[in-house]
Amino acid sequence: MKHRTFFWFILPTLSAMILFIALPIVSVFVQSLFVAHEQVQVVSESCGPFGCTPTTSIDLEATEKLREEQPLGRFNGLNTYFNRSHLAIADIGEAWANSDSMGAFWNEVYNLPFYNALTFTLTYTFIVTPLVLMLGLAIAVGVNNLPRALKGVAIFTSLLPFLVTPLVGSLILFWMVDGDGVIGATLQNIFNDSSLSLKGSTPLMWTMLMVYGVWHTLPFSFITFYAGLQTVPEDTLEAAKIDGASKWQSLILVTVPHLMPLVSFVTLMLIMDNFRVFEPIVSFSAEAHARSLSWIIFNDLRESGNPLYASAGATSLLTIILVVILMMPVLVRTWRDFTRKAH
Amino acid sequence: MRDCKVHPVQQKHRENDMFLKNIAITGLVAGLMSTAAYAEGHGVMCGPEGQSIRILASDFPAIHAVADDAEKNCAGRAAEFTRNHTTEARQIMNAALTPNPAEYTSVIVANSTLTQLMNDGLVRPLNDLVEKYGQNLPQNLMITLDGNIMAVAFMANSQHLFSRTDILAEAGIDTVPATYDEVIAAAEAIRAAGIMEHPIVMNMKTGWNVGESFNLVFMAHGGEFFKPGTAEPAINSPEGIAALNTLKRLVEYAHPDHLTQASNETQGLWEAGQAALGIMWGSRGAPILDDEGSTKEITSNTVLSAAPSVEPGGVPGATLWWDGFTISSNVSDAEAEATFAALASAMNADMVAANNDDAVWLLDGFTPGPAAAGVSATAQGGAMPYPMIPQIGLMHNALGSELADFLKGDESAEKALADVEAAYITAAKEAGFLQ
Repeated sequence: MKHRTFFWFILPTLSAMILFIALPIVSVFVQSLFVAHEQVQVVSESCGPFGCTPTTSIDLEATEKLREEQPLGRFNGLNTYFNRSHLAIADIGEAWANSDSMGAFWNEVYNLPFYNALTFTLTYTFIVTPLVLMLGLAIAVGVNNLPRALKGVAIFTSLLPFLVTPLVGSLILFWMVDGDGVIGATLQNIFNDSSLSLKGSTPLMWTMLMVYGVWHTLPFSFITFYAGLQTVPEDTLEAAKIDGASKWQSLILVTVPHLMPLVSFVTLMLIMDNFRVFEPIVSFSAEAHARSLSWIIFNDLRESGNPLYASAGATSLLTIILVVILMMPVLVRTWRDFTRKAH
Repeated sequence: MRDCKVHPVQQKHRENDMFLKNIAITGLVAGLMSTAAYAEGHGVMCGPEGQSIRILASDFPAIHAVADDAEKNCAGRAAEFTRNHTTEARQIMNAALTPNPAEYTSVIVANSTLTQLMNDGLVRPLNDLVEKYGQNLPQNLMITLDGNIMAVAFMANSQHLFSRTDILAEAGIDTVPATYDEVIAAAEAIRAAGIMEHPIVMNMKTGWNVGESFNLVFMAHGGEFFKPGTAEPAINSPEGIAALNTLKRLVEYAHPDHLTQASNETQGLWEAGQAALGIMWGSRGAPILDDEGSTKEITSNTVLSAAPSVEPGGVPGATLWWDGFTISSNVSDAEAEATFAALASAMNADMVAANNDDAVWLLDGFTPGPAAAGVSATAQGGAMPYPMIPQIGLMHNALGSELADFLKGDESAEKALADVEAAYITAAKEAGFLQ
């Protein structure tokens, strides 16, 4: 294709991407460099049905004047990125100086909100992604080998978890593992312990979130691999058979290499999705045990009454950077394949 | 108000006397007036004609009752009367009131949400409007800041103690606990008697609820959130540590899932008979005592009383809340006047009588039933209102997210409070409250 033609083809997509993806990211970055103006406070007296109390309130005129002078807020540079809620450079330095063992140092780091969330987010991504890849391939191969009459039903059933809205799916599981729910009560019976609570224990909560994550994203990798399996060349498979390859050998040595471009694609999508894990944490009420980077952004924007735009912006950008780092090996591999083919 | 889901209950009770005493103490009796004369008057008190009245409010029956009555009285004379009842009111109100003209002429708020609007100067002082249309509004319902009326309250709520007297009696306790020590002793007696392993329910869901539960015990211990007159945190104090330790002792008797339980879950446990002592919202009193969702055995033995205190006769561990209405700054004076007049017209005894059990009304005509006993005893015991401080939301959020580690047993009270202060300071610097 000529460069010129290519340009005209890509132009609509490119402009939409600049408008709706690139510019908002730039805007988020700019906002993350500023913090709110000083809220000029005055001591005052507030009265109501329950009597009067001295309190502070905001001097609106003085604060408004500050706002008009600098509408974006006070320039704070990258300080938000390095404060305790994010990379916490100072706190980590202090923890390093004051801890006498690696364990104590790690406890201090894990206690910081960003690293706490990062730990869960990474664990979730690194456990759920390979499980979904392997199980998805296994189910796809299984369904592909079913008799024709059963295939339709099997495909439909396997896709069901994908049709359930994440929030609803996780709420259903949440109720099932309740002490009065079918899973929770059964476990209590089996272990004969009425205090056994899936929701009260950090390891069990993590396990539940990951099981849910696998259950919910499995159909995506299954259906992609199933589509890929339809393109595996029969000749090669037959040749392998004649050469004496077992079923397992032809799967590993013929089918999987043929599906490798799809594996890269599914891995990329899963890493991006899993790194943004959010809904199950909210619907499992898992905040006491597991928080993710996306949950921190949500909390900064929503819970305090004063949305913390700089914090939310900084966490968003750090998330983007981390996703890019995680995807790097897959991207590099795809790029190599691409250039090799081009030559 | 964070929590309001109320079903009607039709009961009158001997506690009336007590509540009237309380009414006298808090000065509500000032509102007593001739219902007939008022009813006659409010038909004509609708403010300028042909205006647009647009109300944003939470979504629970008592708020609907007020807005319904305002609409019934004054929608005919207005060019437009719209209402948006949503549980997300708190999330959208600042954005909706910032443009000029604002999206809504009035927001129905509570203690904490009023602060959120005032921080941005989005609600106007109501002194002149109260003078013109508020003759029938009791003076003590005016929420004032340095003499400026910023909102008019009409209903109250607070947390308090719920007890199952039959279970207490079975465990050999014949009085309703009044202090935290008594609550814990009673819970231990119930556990020791083999009746229930986890007799206590509390709203401990990580986030807003666990922060609020800390506030209750902290205020009972006489704690101060900030150094007076500043936004510097002061919760890492002996009172803070004592409050956390009390909370920890309480949750040892709470359901193992307590860090995921808020009002709906605790009410459910109570109605299922799985709890004997509860610290829950007053607004859950009516739905718990009604004949839906539970058995006669449970409802007839449920007694609502003041929130526990630290020492006998001390400050009850509760935060008093009110709901009230405000008028936006960024609307025309005529719209403001019409909106105020319409809402003020709803503050009448007939409206209260028709919706008596939907709330603990602060208005004339309220007949307190057993469902209101806990809130009135708590107010009478000298509980403190939820602080109306501009930066309290940031502190509440820091408490909500940093206390879980302590409650799970992973860190000490001092460390948890130090974490709360550090998280608060980081957020307060970003929001401009600290330099």
